Amino acid sequence: MDSLPLQDDAWRVAGRSFASRLVVGTGKYKDLATTAAAIEASGAEMVTVAVRRVNLSDPKAPMLQDYVSPSRYTYLPNTAGCFTAEDAVRTLRLAREAGGWNLVKLEVLGPAPTLYPDMPATFEAAAALIKDGFEVMVYCSDDPIAAKRLEEMGCVAIMPLGAPIGSGLGVQNPLMIQMIVEQASVPVLVDAGVGTATDAAFAMELGCDAVLVNSAIAHADDPVLMARAMKAGVEAGRLAFRAGRMPRRAAANPSSPTNGLIR
Amino acid sequence: MFRPRECRLAASRGLAGRGVGTDNGGMDVATEVLDLTVNGEQRRFAAPLTVAGLVSALALDLRKVAVELNREIVPRSTYGQVWLARGDSLEIVHFIGGG
Repeated sequence: MDSLPLQDDAWRVAGRSFASRLVVGTGKYKDLATTAAAIEASGAEMVTVAVRRVNLSDPKAPMLQDYVSPSRYTYLPNTAGCFTAEDAVRTLRLAREAGGWNLVKLEVLGPAPTLYPDMPATFEAAAALIKDGFEVMVYCSDDPIAAKRLEEMGCVAIMPLGAPIGSGLGVQNPLMIQMIVEQASVPVLVDAGVGTATDAAFAMELGCDAVLVNSAIAHADDPVLMARAMKAGVEAGRLAFRAGRMPRRAAANPSSPTNGLIR
Repeated sequence: MFRPRECRLAASRGLAGRGVGTDNGGMDVATEVLDLTVNGEQRRFAAPLTVAGLVSALALDLRKVAVELNREIVPRSTYGQVWLARGDSLEIVHFIGGG
């Protein structure tokens, strides 16, 4: 494994290069120490973060940045909790001021129980953010037409869901993910729905450039161990994609020679 | 895009020389109260106060927050020059864990 050229297999988004093809969320952990340990084990270089009001009654409470250093990890601020384009733009303008960078994750969700991407609102917010100078990685439905349109608008990465957020059901529509991958000229990441390492590997085998995982790690019994499993899963899936899988056959084909048998 | 703040910056020139904690019987502007809405909470501070002064008074780390004043971003480089006025509404945010 170590002799394989994973290091030469970086992916690029918005002019930045990343060796790790696993992007992890920083939400839902029981505490910040576990967050930090799991992210370390995942090998991720990019982490998603949310923007929220500071707690005025406890200003000295530990902050994410004290555990997950923005100088070590590329923060990808998200628009979680925003239901309109206006909210998304306002939130990411604050994120830009707090962090000083333009690379952001846009997500505009519909209501529970699906929390499915609200695509009309996503288009509107993407247009506003791009106009405002942001580099937008966009969470979206697994719809090849919508994905292409987002790319044409100028989004720097397309991030279709594999399954509903936090469901852990894996990639439910591999055909559409593959179609989105094949037509895209910007990176494609499966975002949402990964439940365990095989799901991450499967997404990578479909040709995705990277996978974004949060709940599957944070809600595992042992988040640090699952983070390491996700790292291995993403690497395995990527290597398998590059290797090119054997054709599927409807019948058996023996693995050992059928000649030279003793009589 | 940034008109209200420009006015505020111009006004600050007059305030700058005034200092805080003057001894003229408590009638100085420095002892006036400043009612602000910060993250949805009503808070009272002593005037005059800049954004930098507010962040400091709230015991927050300047490097880890972003500030919106009346729905407009306050660039970090101007925190020390943007003076707050009665009734101003501020949002002070930071990064937390998220997916």
